[in-house]
Amino acid sequence: MRLSEHIYKTFTHIKTHLVFVEKVQEVMLGEIVRVVMPDGRQVEGEVLSIDDGTVLVQTFDECTGLDIHHSAMIFTDRLKQAPLSPFMLNRIFNGSFQPLDDHPLYVPDKWWPATGYPINPASRERPRQFIETGISAIDGLNTLVQGQKLPIFSCAGLPAKEIVGDILQYARCPGSAGSEKGKFVMVFVALGLTHHEYAFYMETLSRMQTEFVAFINLASDAVVERLLAPRFGLTAAEYLAFELGYDVLAVIADMTNYCDALREVSTSKEELPGRRGYPGYMYSDLASLYERAGRIHGRSGSVTMLPVLTMPEDDMTHPIPDLTGYITEGQIVLSRALQSRSIYPPIDVLPSLSRLMQHGIGEQMTRKDHRSLASMFYKHYAKGRDVRVLEAIVGREGLIGKDAKALDFADDFEKEFIHQPGTSRSISHTLDVGKDLLIRHGLETFEDEKPETEKSL
Amino acid sequence: MKQSGKIIGLSGPTVITDAANLSLHEQVKVGRQNLLGEVVRLEKHRAVIQVYEDTRGLCVGEQIVAMKTPLSVTLGPGLLGMIYDGLQRPLAPLAEAIGPFIKPGPHLPPLDMKKKWDFKSSLEPDTQVEKGQLLGSFQEGSHEHRIYAAESAEIESISANGMTIDAPLATYKDADATRAMQIWPVRVPRPCLDKKRPHAPLVTGQRVIDFLYPLALGGTAILPGGFGTGKTILEHSIAKFAEVDIVVYVGCGERGNEMAEMLNELADLKDPWTGKLLMDRTIMVANTSNMPVAAREASIYTAVAMAEYYRDMGYHVLLLADSISRWAEALREISSALEEMPGEEGYPTYLASGLASFFSRAGVVQTLSGDIGSLTMILSISPPGGDFTEPVTQACLRACGSFLMLDTKLAHRRHFPAINWQQSFSLYEKNMIKYFTKEVDPEWGELIQRCRHLLHEEEKLLEVAEIVGADGLQDDDHILMTAAEQIRSQFLSQNSFTEDAFSRPPETCGRIKKIIADFDQAMDELKAGNSKNNEELTDNRE
Repeated sequence: MRLSEHIYKTFTHIKTHLVFVEKVQEVMLGEIVRVVMPDGRQVEGEVLSIDDGTVLVQTFDECTGLDIHHSAMIFTDRLKQAPLSPFMLNRIFNGSFQPLDDHPLYVPDKWWPATGYPINPASRERPRQFIETGISAIDGLNTLVQGQKLPIFSCAGLPAKEIVGDILQYARCPGSAGSEKGKFVMVFVALGLTHHEYAFYMETLSRMQTEFVAFINLASDAVVERLLAPRFGLTAAEYLAFELGYDVLAVIADMTNYCDALREVSTSKEELPGRRGYPGYMYSDLASLYERAGRIHGRSGSVTMLPVLTMPEDDMTHPIPDLTGYITEGQIVLSRALQSRSIYPPIDVLPSLSRLMQHGIGEQMTRKDHRSLASMFYKHYAKGRDVRVLEAIVGREGLIGKDAKALDFADDFEKEFIHQPGTSRSISHTLDVGKDLLIRHGLETFEDEKPETEKSL
Repeated sequence: MKQSGKIIGLSGPTVITDAANLSLHEQVKVGRQNLLGEVVRLEKHRAVIQVYEDTRGLCVGEQIVAMKTPLSVTLGPGLLGMIYDGLQRPLAPLAEAIGPFIKPGPHLPPLDMKKKWDFKSSLEPDTQVEKGQLLGSFQEGSHEHRIYAAESAEIESISANGMTIDAPLATYKDADATRAMQIWPVRVPRPCLDKKRPHAPLVTGQRVIDFLYPLALGGTAILPGGFGTGKTILEHSIAKFAEVDIVVYVGCGERGNEMAEMLNELADLKDPWTGKLLMDRTIMVANTSNMPVAAREASIYTAVAMAEYYRDMGYHVLLLADSISRWAEALREISSALEEMPGEEGYPTYLASGLASFFSRAGVVQTLSGDIGSLTMILSISPPGGDFTEPVTQACLRACGSFLMLDTKLAHRRHFPAINWQQSFSLYEKNMIKYFTKEVDPEWGELIQRCRHLLHEEEKLLEVAEIVGADGLQDDDHILMTAAEQIRSQFLSQNSFTEDAFSRPPETCGRIKKIIADFDQAMDELKAGNSKNNEELTDNRE
């Protein structure tokens, strides 16, 4: 621990975001520095490595104007930390945790490191209880469970943004009794936004009914800040969940921008590139974000994560979706084919999967018949989709009765169950819509509605 | 403790020190918080240290203390039922001490040093014992925890009840005392008298494995599969149901929630073979993906050293690791931080030899006391993009005895376990068929042939059906396809969340026998011209 800030002017070389300073004594790995440019502007940076008094610093912002002889570096003797307080609710910050909404920063209650600490596996509680997103394809068939991390795999041109908007608007946490409302808050982290997207999200945030904390990083902001924003967001989420007892849903969009930023920064550090140029440690780096979702023994809150990513070239084996899929507990996949048939949200439920669904559904959580209904929907829809392939060859007329019925069901299932533009459904409504479809198509019979089934036959 | 030197450089997980009297692979304590590290490179005036914990916040000038021992594990009674991190830090006591987040902090002993154990021995003072001879045992849960003589010597005194693990159990006239606790360097295989050929099967309770691709006690198997193919669930099922004495489960760079799930299940479930609590036979090593990578690299060695320790008591031990790809990636990260020359896809060139020597720690052994023990390994692999041509899968393929390929297509069809029945193989098959034919059913070998044949024929018929349509197939083809479908849905697939999750070999055999007998009967009836029955069967297919 040092008693004062140290100032050095011994710059040796400067390379975009990297600055070397020599003859530094007493410096800490990860220490935050301020670089003072000749014109007096200041840029924050972080110590990346130290070798015999020569320090490599990465700056968080553009350093245009920096020179070797007239600049100074101030070593602050602290690590990157997030200022936390209950007053951060309903505030909007940038990627460096500075307010974007023209209000001053509150007096922080706690300072926690942005990178967080790993949850002790022995302290983890297994995820349970569901979070209602209001989207039938997710709630009914790929239920999001508290403490889970469930990514949305999108493709360029698909309405991921609108889906995120809907989730921000409508997601709620029905509480353990099914009716009582728990303490629910959303953390929204937007990475590399274009101005068009920015306008959309700002409008959405202004209509939010749930409490939220937002971190907005624009496409024009510094690349390094894109790596910081989700860390700050998750530190805020952990604070809200494990310190204040909220159930937190963290929505992060778009992770593809994050990974590209990671690649850019890694390359500038002259690190060895891995698959498609992404650094070899990308798995561990992504895990350091995704693994922050969870629940803890003896604490009431939870962190649930819904990252959104765009699959480059619609390719699910691309490193970004691939490594994400290895860490997360399932995935929600958007489909171009559904989009072209004007189904919104275009969620393809067949490749989608929520691995933890079974811990969040059933009596006391969603509904007693949820499990059996979900497997019926899945079975008949999958059958219908198989038939659709066959239909392409033999034509609709060539189908036998049973197959035609399955195909009709699949069509209607997409049009009525999956398709829900601009509306939100409660879980019970979702299940009823699907159940009615099964009955209408005479695919299943239910004890209390047998006569109606026969009528429709 | 004496300071050996200071930190002069820092970069990611590596620390450079000016300490002079260090030796290669020696453990060191780094900085004020005593972070654990290992010396990985020595130069004349400086040394490079790989730190196993988060280095953020370390300062130039902080102290380095040499520990004079390589990375080691503590072995002794009390290991069973514990959950450790990759460096054998006990996670449950750690959570009690510092809360639910892992921060640099106190170094807790891996075993309870205060607990008193009762030592049972039939030896008397003044007896001459040979090296490796059984001295006596502790009762560790339902297992007999055996202690052996470290040297040949004459016993001076031998202790009985109320022993802590660091107290001398036996003292000798001219050798060091034997204690319950011992320290073993993790990268050194524990010695044995002889390695034997695997001869008996390891029954996993999974029909597709036990029947088509049997695993031998002392064998090695790999489970490669893309994400969502059910690697972890399969590993969990095997950990729960395998017929072994001890299970060591390593969560190497995988999800924290899975470890929580596993812990919960083990605490509730009973071993189907003995009826005792599963947790009593299990040791868990959890180094999840967000915990430091260097400790992830160490985790599989920590686990295998503990597994060998129980093997040496004459137990059959199963080591499950999920996943070895994450271990290899940790190796790659460390290697690249040390600026070593990269090999294929950035992995260091010693990846293959490292894996091979790890695999070679499995086997059936004659222990120093002359007993037979075994260590079997089942390792999952997570190939990037589900592409099996990548270096880790390929290196494992050369070293392993059984390849259980998890198939993305089967997983999408919700067929679990998604083990592909065309490309998987088991080198133990021949010996194990001999065993099962003798012990379970004389038709075992023949049934396998019939089962394979049906699946193979179905494959051909499906190709034909794609061209001519299902209606273009003959009646006997329909019967065959019905039988093959039954094999797939009722025999090869097993729902791990129902009672069917576990199947004993006689049940496995009975089930396939029934399907094949039904098929034979239907074929006979068809031949006899009984077309009515045939129609019924075809209908059943729908």
